[in-house]
Amino acid sequence: MRAIQLTGLALFILGFGLFLASFFMADYKISRSDFDKVVAHEGKTQGILTFTPEIVDTEYSTNFGFVGTIQKGINTYNRQQMMLFALKESEINLLISELGPPPYTFSLEMLNYIYPKINTSTIFKRRKMEEYGNWLEGRKYDSREALKKDLMSVANTINDYGIISEVGIDRYKARDIRYEATKLASHGPIKSSPGLFLALCYLLPIIGAMMYLLPKNKLDGPAGIKNNGIFHSALKNKGWLGIMLGSFLIVFYIILYFFPEYMTEWIIMVDPVSQLLKNSDASRFFLYGFIYTLCILVMGVRMFIKYRHSKYQIMRTISVMFFQTAFAFLIPEILLRLNQPYFDFKNIWPLDYDFFFDNELNQLISSGSLGIFMLGWGIALIIIAVPVFVYFFGKRWYCSWVCGCGGLAETLGDPFRQLSDKSLKAWKIERWMIHAVLAFSVVMTGGVLYTYWSGNSWLGVIDSYTLREVYGVYIGAGFAGVVGTGFYPLMGNRVWCRFGCPLAAYLGIVQRFKSRFRITTNGGQCISCGNCSTYCEMGIDVRWYAQRGQNIVRSSCVGCGVCSSVCPRGVLNLENRDEEGRFGQPILIGNDSIKVEA
Amino acid sequence: MAHIVIIGNGIAGITCARHVRKQGGDQITVISGETEHFFSRTALMYIYMGHMKYEHTKPYEDWFWEKNKIDLVFDFVTGIETGAKSLQLKSGKKIKYDKLVLATGSQPNKFGWPGQDLPGVQGLYSYQDLETLEKNTGNCKRAVIVGGGLIGIELAEMLASRKIPVTFLVREKSFWDLVLPAEESAMINRHIVEHHIDLRLDTELKEIKAGPDGKASAIITSTGEEIPCQVVGLTAGVHANIDLAKSFGVETKRGILVDDHLQTNLPDVYAIGDCAELRNPLPHRKAIEQVWYTGRMMGETLALTLTDKPTRYVPGIWFNSAKFLDIEYQTYGSVPAIASEGVDSFWWEHAAGKKGIRINFDQATGTVLGMNAMGIRQRHEVWDGWIRQKTKVDRVINELEKANFDPEFFDTCEQEIRAAFSTQFPYFEIEKKRKKKLFGIF
Ligand SMILES: Cc1cc2nc3c(=O)[nH]c(=O)nc-3n(C[C@H](O)[C@H](O)[C@H](O)COP(=O)(O)OP(=O)(O)OC[C@H]3O[C@@H](n4cnc5c(N)ncnc54)[C@H](O)[C@@H]3O)c2cc1C
Ligand code: SF4
Ligand code: SF4
Repeated sequence: MRAIQLTGLALFILGFGLFLASFFMADYKISRSDFDKVVAHEGKTQGILTFTPEIVDTEYSTNFGFVGTIQKGINTYNRQQMMLFALKESEINLLISELGPPPYTFSLEMLNYIYPKINTSTIFKRRKMEEYGNWLEGRKYDSREALKKDLMSVANTINDYGIISEVGIDRYKARDIRYEATKLASHGPIKSSPGLFLALCYLLPIIGAMMYLLPKNKLDGPAGIKNNGIFHSALKNKGWLGIMLGSFLIVFYIILYFFPEYMTEWIIMVDPVSQLLKNSDASRFFLYGFIYTLCILVMGVRMFIKYRHSKYQIMRTISVMFFQTAFAFLIPEILLRLNQPYFDFKNIWPLDYDFFFDNELNQLISSGSLGIFMLGWGIALIIIAVPVFVYFFGKRWYCSWVCGCGGLAETLGDPFRQLSDKSLKAWKIERWMIHAVLAFSVVMTGGVLYTYWSGNSWLGVIDSYTLREVYGVYIGAGFAGVVGTGFYPLMGNRVWCRFGCPLAAYLGIVQRFKSRFRITTNGGQCISCGNCSTYCEMGIDVRWYAQRGQNIVRSSCVGCGVCSSVCPRGVLNLENRDEEGRFGQPILIGNDSIKVEA
Repeated sequence: MAHIVIIGNGIAGITCARHVRKQGGDQITVISGETEHFFSRTALMYIYMGHMKYEHTKPYEDWFWEKNKIDLVFDFVTGIETGAKSLQLKSGKKIKYDKLVLATGSQPNKFGWPGQDLPGVQGLYSYQDLETLEKNTGNCKRAVIVGGGLIGIELAEMLASRKIPVTFLVREKSFWDLVLPAEESAMINRHIVEHHIDLRLDTELKEIKAGPDGKASAIITSTGEEIPCQVVGLTAGVHANIDLAKSFGVETKRGILVDDHLQTNLPDVYAIGDCAELRNPLPHRKAIEQVWYTGRMMGETLALTLTDKPTRYVPGIWFNSAKFLDIEYQTYGSVPAIASEGVDSFWWEHAAGKKGIRINFDQATGTVLGMNAMGIRQRHEVWDGWIRQKTKVDRVINELEKANFDPEFFDTCEQEIRAAFSTQFPYFEIEKKRKKKLFGIF
C-alpha cells in the first residue's frame, strides 16, 4: 500500500513537473499575415512594424523575448503617435497670445487658428478639442490665465485618454495582441501534440493523486477524525512546502489575470477539450475552469476518504463537486456551443459582480427568451433564493454546498482550514472589510446601471467605467483570486469568503438576523479543548460560545460542519430549528447551585 | 474590596476568577507555576498529535486577563502563613490575601513500582509532562502504558498517532470496567485492538528495568513477561494535590476537605476542583470528582460565596463524556458498571459494533435513571430533563429522537433501538413510527 502511495506521489510530481516545464517548451515565430490578423488594423500593423520589424518572421526561443519585442513595438509606435497627435502647451500658448483685450469669450471657432484642417494631425486635434471641450463654448474669462487653465485641462484629458485609444494601441488592445500573437506564434511539441501533453500533464497527476489518496482508506486506520500531524506538517502549518505552494498559486493567479500571454502553452494544451465541448479553442478562463474543476473533483475524493465517518461532509462534498462540474463548467460551455450566452446558473450577484454590466445585460436581452429567462433567474436568485434559503438553512446552502469559491475552499483548501486567524482583532477587521466590499459592489453596480440607463458615465467623482475596472482588478481578480486562493497555505482557505465576498456579506446579514440556522451547543459538555475553533475555516472562535453553553449564531459561519465533526465531546450540532431560542442564554446545564450566566 | 488570591490556573481556579470578576470589583490574583496562561488540560493530547498547537488550547486570548483585571502570577506557592494571610512564592516574593482559594488540581499516581522514577518513565498531567513526553519519544521503538483509564487510552492514542508501537497494560479484566458496563467496555477493547494497540488485559506492572544508559529499557509484567520499551507511561489514575494545603494545617483526607460552601476548616480558605473533597457529597455524586465539569461548577459556585452571596454547592444530574480513539462516549445520570439491585439495564448495540446505547431504569417504577451513549451523540438538556423529571422509560424510548444530537444525514438508530427495547422488555408499549425530518423542515 505504501508503495502504491509512493508511486502515486512520484507520478503526481512527474506530471506536475512536466506541466511546469511546458511553460518553457515552445519557440515563437509569427508571420506577417498572422500578426495582421491579431492587430486587425492595417495602418497600425504597418506603424508597429515600421519601427520594430523584428516582431514578425523572427524566431524567439522564449515567450519573454517574444512578448518583450511585441511590447517594445507597441510602445515605440505609441510614442510616435503621441508625438504626432498630442496637444501641446505651445499650441495653446499661441492661441492665448492672439487674444484681443478682455473680457475673453471662448468659441470653438478660435481653434481654427492653431488647428487648421490641413493634415491628419491638426484635423484630429481639432476634432478632439471639439469633442472634449464643447463645454467651453461661449464661456467668458476675465484673464488669459483662466482661459489657458481650462484649455490645458481639456488638452491634458485628451492626451491622457483620447489619443492612444484611438490612434495608438491602448493597454487592453495591447494585452489582446500580446496574448493572441503569442498563442499563434507558439510552435513546438505542445502545439503539435496537445493531446499527448494533456494526458501527461493532467492524467498523470490525477492518477498519481488517486494512487496516493485511495489507499488512505485503509492505511489511515478506522474512520474518524484524521488530523494527526497537521501542525507538524511542512505543508499544512506554513512550513517550506506551504510557502512554496502559496507562492506558486499566487504567481499562477497573477499570470492568469494580468499576464495571460505567458500561459499560452497551458491554454493550447486544453484546446482539444475546449474543441470537444464547444467547438472552439480554449481561452485562459477555460483553462482556469478546467483546472479548477479537476481540483475540486480530485480533492473531493480526498474529502470522501478523510471524512468517511460523516455523512454530512460527504453529502456536501458531492454537492459542490456536482455544482462545479455541471453548473460552473459544463453547462456554460455547452450553452456556448449552442450559440447561447455563457451563463452560470448558480452564480449570484454581487459575487458575480459583472452580472449587471451593460455588455452582459445586452447579451442576455438580445438572446431571446432563454436570455430573458437567465436575466430573471439571476435576479430571482438575488431577491428570492438568498433570503428564503438562508432563512431555512442558513448561508451554508450556498457557501458550502453550491458556490464555486466555497467548493474549492472545501476541497483543495481543506488541508489549510486550521490556518485561519481566530483572534478578536481578525474578527473586527473582517466585519469592517467584508461590509466595505459589499458597499463597494453595490455602489459600483449602481453606477454601472445608472450609466446603462442614462448613457452618462460620469458619477460626479469618478466615472462608472473606471469604477468597475477598479472593482474588477482589485476585488474580482486581486482579492478573490490572488489573495483568496493564493493565500490558502498561508492564511487558510476562506480568506476571500471571510474578508471579501460581498455575497457572503449579504447572506451573512440574513443569517444573522433572520434564519432558523444555528449551531447548538450541547448543554455543559464542552471541555474547552479548542478543536472547534482551530478547525473553523472562518476563524470563528466557536469555543468561546460552546464553553459558556451558548448557541453559535454568526453571520460568517458557512456551515461547513467541521467544528461539529472535530469536537471530541459531541458538543456542536448544526441545526435548522425554530427561530425562538436561537441565540440561547449562555447557561451551562449541570450546576443546580445557581443559574449561572457563564 | 477584598483581595482574592487563587492558587492554580486550571478550569476551577480560572472559572472562579472570571465569575468573581462578573460579580464586582474585587482584586483578583491567580497564581500558577505550570503555565503563564490558562490552557485546556483536556487538550494536551491534541498538541502532541499535531491537531493543535499550545496556543490553540488557550480558551482566552492573552489580552483577556488584563482587560478583565485578573492579575496572573507565574510562580509556585511554597508556603502559606494563615495568620498573616500571606503567601510565600518560590521567587521569594510574598503575596497578601484576604480570601484564599486552593485550586491546585491533581497529580499522577505512582504505586511504588521498582524503577518508577527512571528517565523515560512518566505520567501525563501537566504541560511539563507533555514536554517530557516529546523528549522521551524522540527515539522510541515501543512504549508501554500502565493503567487503563481515560488518560491511559489518550496516551495510547497519542503515541499511536506517531506510529510508535504501544503496549497497553490494563489491570482490570476489561478496559475501564470499574466505570463502564461490560458491553461498552468490550466495545472499547475491540476498538483499541483495531487501532493496533497491543492491549494486555488483566495484566499489571511489576517492575521497570533500566538499561546500561540508566534509562528505562524494559518492563516486567505480573505474568512475568519482559517487554522491551523506551518509554513507560504511568496513567494509573490521579490523586488530589494536597501537599501545600497539608503543610499549613488545612484538614485533608484524600483531598482538601470542604463543606457545602467549599470552605476548608480554616476561615477564608476555600478549595475547588480536583483537589477538593466534599465532606457531605450529595447521594448521587462523589466526594472527589476529578473531572473538568466539576472544577468548573465549583468555580462558578464559589465565586458567589466569595462575593458575599453565600451559595451552597449543589451539582445537578451527573454527566460526563470522553472519546476512546474514534468512539465518542456520553453519559447522563447514573449508570454504574454493574446495575444495582432493582434496576433494569437496556442495552442496544449496532451491528457494526461501534454504536450503542444503554438506558437504566427503575424496575418498580420504570423511571429512567441514566444512560450511556457510545458513538451516538445525545442532547444533554433532554436527558437532564428526563432524569430530573423521573420520566418513564417507555416515554423516553418513544421520544428518543428528541435526544438525538448527531449531525444531519447521519443514520438514525431510533427505530432499531425501539425494536430492541420491545424485544427485551415486551411489557412496555412502544410505538412504531417517526422519521427524522430532513433539514429539520420536511
Ligand atoms: C490528559 C488529561 C485529559 C483529561 N481529559 C478530561 C476530559 O476529557 N474530561 C474531563 O472531564 N476531565 C478530563 N481531565 C481531568 C481534568 O483535566 C481535570 O479534572 C481538571 O483539569 C482539573 O482542574 P483544576 O482546575 O481542578 O486543576 P488543574 O487543571 O490541575 O490546575 C491546577 C493548577 O495549579 C497549579 N498548582 C498546583 N500547586 C501549585 C502551587 N503550589 N503553586 C502554583 N501553582 C500550583 C498546577 O500547576 C496547575 O496548573 C483530563 C486530565 C488530563 C490530565
Ligand atoms: S462555525 Fe463551524 S460550521 Fe461554521 S464555518 Fe466554522 S467550522 Fe464551519
Ligand atoms: S471542540 Fe467541542 S469540546 Fe472542544 S472546545 Fe469546541 S465545543 Fe468544546
